[in-house]
Amino acid sequence: MDITSDIHSRHISRQFNQELEELKTHLMAMGGLVEKQIQEAVVALLDGDSDLARRVVENDRAVNDMQIKIDGECTQVLARRQPAASDLRLVLAVIRAASDLERIGDEASKIARNAADLIEGNNGSRGFVEVRMISEHVRRMVRDALTSFARFDTELALKLVHEDEEVDEEYRTAMRSLMTFMMEDARSISPILSLMWILRSLERIGDHANNLAEYVVYLVKGLDIRHTDPDDLDERAITRKE
Amino acid sequence: MSVFPSPRPAAGGPIIDFEPAASCLEVEGLSLAYGETLALRDLSLRVPRQRVTAFIGPSGCGKSTLLRALNRLHDLNDEVRLSGRILLEGQDIHAPEVEVAELRRRVGMVFQAPNPFPMSIYDNVAFGLRLQGGIRKRQMDDIVEWALQSAALWDEVKERLGSSAWTLSGGQQQRLVIARTLAVRPEVLLLDEPASALDPISTLKIEELIRNLKSQLTLVLVTHNMQQAARVSDYTAFLQEGELVEYGPTDSLFTNPRLVRTENYITGRMG
Repeated sequence: MDITSDIHSRHISRQFNQELEELKTHLMAMGGLVEKQIQEAVVALLDGDSDLARRVVENDRAVNDMQIKIDGECTQVLARRQPAASDLRLVLAVIRAASDLERIGDEASKIARNAADLIEGNNGSRGFVEVRMISEHVRRMVRDALTSFARFDTELALKLVHEDEEVDEEYRTAMRSLMTFMMEDARSISPILSLMWILRSLERIGDHANNLAEYVVYLVKGLDIRHTDPDDLDERAITRKE
Repeated sequence: MSVFPSPRPAAGGPIIDFEPAASCLEVEGLSLAYGETLALRDLSLRVPRQRVTAFIGPSGCGKSTLLRALNRLHDLNDEVRLSGRILLEGQDIHAPEVEVAELRRRVGMVFQAPNPFPMSIYDNVAFGLRLQGGIRKRQMDDIVEWALQSAALWDEVKERLGSSAWTLSGGQQQRLVIARTLAVRPEVLLLDEPASALDPISTLKIEELIRNLKSQLTLVLVTHNMQQAARVSDYTAFLQEGELVEYGPTDSLFTNPRLVRTENYITGRMG
């Protein structure tokens, strides 16, 4: 059976409703913060704003704290309520999602660190086009993943699973073009390596957004689609309304 | 992907999510009424052999009625009308040649409140065997020890088999009752809320016992405690208003039930 996003407000115990609602709210708040971290890390690079880069690195602690808080709340629900069925799937999905969001936060922080190095080295704007393009793409993916989580929208989640393949392709193309820069000019190796690390982080963020989408399918449908080739997915089963 | 369940029937009808390899009990189109009140409506299910099957559902859903029907406890009640069939190892339990006493030996029952007889621990366990007669003292000793061992009570009572059963704690009394039932070598053990009157430790001992006993016999458990059903059963049947709603492997029923009615019940939601 399908579940809808209001399902966790229909328990006989209102306290339980509230606890589950809070899990979702806190996960969304964490998601919002993480989105902001990605955006600011990229803006710091493109605008050459080293102060902003430093702030992003410092803010990673807030992301980590949120993960610990959400994990603690999930532990409480498991211990006190012994949730079953969709309630259990929600708690598991939230624990997993918080872990991926925390990793996205780490990647944003890495981007900011590399951005600070690049700004300091004053290396011009080679590769910025690629960074801008991929960062916009993965940020949209993170936002859509959070939206699909909030709305229990498996159609949107499925779209993301396919989109991650596009990001991987964009990443490979960008890496090839940066490689040619390095071959042409040995002095560019160090800054180009920093850019490659940034692109690598963005590509990883796409993977984590893809994971978030997989948890939405598990939450709503009870189907575990992790480690399944996107081409082998039973799309009808995932998006069918029941 | 093969994990996705096949589409459900369009409307009505229970969802039965498995086919037992070997069934011990088969209920076919069972309806049962107390006077004018219909308690079970055209219910069919198969209970797999040497597994633990749990019946869950809200009060008045018919789960205890169904359990009692399995060893003809309703025979004592003149107001009960019953239609449909119950087969034990393929034989209709209401067939004229079936003796009720023998049926109840084969299908033992343990109730909510422990009900040891007012006699010694030993005599409680030996009671059913003495009714059968023809068992020598030495053999009786062996069976009593085996039954108490099977019920995980032997070590606690072996030094005081002559003491009154009333000297035991509630949890021990319940295990004594199980030992008494096991002594006559039943094929099926029906348990009606066997741990609801017990403290958590005694409850866990009973649950451990249920797990261990399934290598010897078929167990059917009625419980209000959903976590207990989830912990000990292999298969779970959810009943509501005298009808079977959903029946399937406990693993999937408690993580991903197929019907909203089941989901609402096991997660404590308003229907």
